Amino acid sequence: MSISFVEKRDYSLTGECTRHALETGLASAEWYHSDVPRKVMKELMQRRDGPAIRDTLLWIGLLVASAWGGVLTWGTWWTVPFWFVYGVLYGSACDSRWHECGHGTAFRTQWMNDVVYHIASFMVMRNPVSWRWSHARHHTDTIIVGRDPEIPFMHPTTIIPNILHFVGILDVWDWMKILVRNSFGNVSAAERSYIPESEIPKAILSARIHLLIYAVTVIVAWRLGSLIPFMIIGGPRIYGTWHMFMTGMIQHGGLAEDVIDHRLNSRTVYMNPISRWIYWNMNYHVEHHMFPMVPFHALPRLHELIKHDLPAPNTSIWDAFREMVPAILRQRHEPGYYVRRALPPTARPYREEFHQTVPDRSTMR
Amino acid sequence: MTAWITACEIDDIEHEDVLRFDYGGRSFAIYRDPEGAFFATDGTCTHESVHLADGLVLDDIIECPKHNGRFNYKTGKALRAPVCIDLKTYPVRVSGNQVEIEIE
Repeated sequence: MSISFVEKRDYSLTGECTRHALETGLASAEWYHSDVPRKVMKELMQRRDGPAIRDTLLWIGLLVASAWGGVLTWGTWWTVPFWFVYGVLYGSACDSRWHECGHGTAFRTQWMNDVVYHIASFMVMRNPVSWRWSHARHHTDTIIVGRDPEIPFMHPTTIIPNILHFVGILDVWDWMKILVRNSFGNVSAAERSYIPESEIPKAILSARIHLLIYAVTVIVAWRLGSLIPFMIIGGPRIYGTWHMFMTGMIQHGGLAEDVIDHRLNSRTVYMNPISRWIYWNMNYHVEHHMFPMVPFHALPRLHELIKHDLPAPNTSIWDAFREMVPAILRQRHEPGYYVRRALPPTARPYREEFHQTVPDRSTMR
Repeated sequence: MTAWITACEIDDIEHEDVLRFDYGGRSFAIYRDPEGAFFATDGTCTHESVHLADGLVLDDIIECPKHNGRFNYKTGKALRAPVCIDLKTYPVRVSGNQVEIEIE
């Protein structure tokens, strides 16, 4: 079947699927979660400053050192490895710092979460106000079409734009447009569907501050006649973003839409320790979605406690891509197809009655 | 018209923890602070109606288990996005071994 014959579902947050999700109870639904005794969960949820302070100091130290090395060796081939490291630390690690500090779980001390959150929001080119609300919706209605603003693969899936995300060009262009639009006070209907009215002036102010910093960067680069300011600010969001997309795509890619069991729409993946550090343990993604209050440093322990109730994790990033890519290719011409991952015998089965309100896809736009 | 209703016994809640109490079709959250004093609020978050009793108590704060919004459970004040609307609080007293809340 040709792609052109496949009708695209309405992924907007104000359209037909939104109405359907609200009417059928898919929106703001009661989600499945594995059983964890309250006493144990309380321990897992406990906040600590130590792990995040350690990681943040290391992150800043490596950012400064790699940028310094890149500047000193500028104009030679020796500069490449320095910018490679700096790019990933800036353009990829910023995402997980944004994410954890946005949840308020990284540090026990709240102002530390807020400071890192705002810095990381700038680095990842997200409006710190709008995206806080967007991500809250993502957790309420994970991969519910018409409700979740953060669905990465929309059916029928497209391939080229997703490949281009690895170099961030389309992504940066899209987010720059949003920043400029917001800075002029223009907030879209979709954004207004998840941002409370009282927060919109803050979103506009944040956009203006971000845009001002980029404007200063352009002026400095022009006055110096050098590309180095772009290598340090903004540029890494293009040349160093590959790790963020590599790990981000496998969070939900190829899995189910419109279900209310994170075991069906999220993926836990075992990873090498460097990627786990960059990603701040978000590879335990089913666990994170089931229990978003558990800090990054406690996710491995949570995983050990509930893995008997979850599909077997993918054994590596490569293994996750081997599972995800064929499913995405199939979703190009078969919207609604997903990888239904087997549960171990020790798990509680998928409760089909949880999903009986899911509309028949053949009748949906 | 208000009445004092028994919500739980003192030992049902650990220090710095929270318990769900349903009564008359409504849900309440009963808190015990680190010093052992009791407090009560509406049981669900003002953001998306998630039960706060599944959340985390940190000193004077209750954190919603779904989106990590925070309230001061002693005053009901909303402290951290995504919560913007304050929680309703209720008077609490201890009568013998019973924790009672005053509700309409």
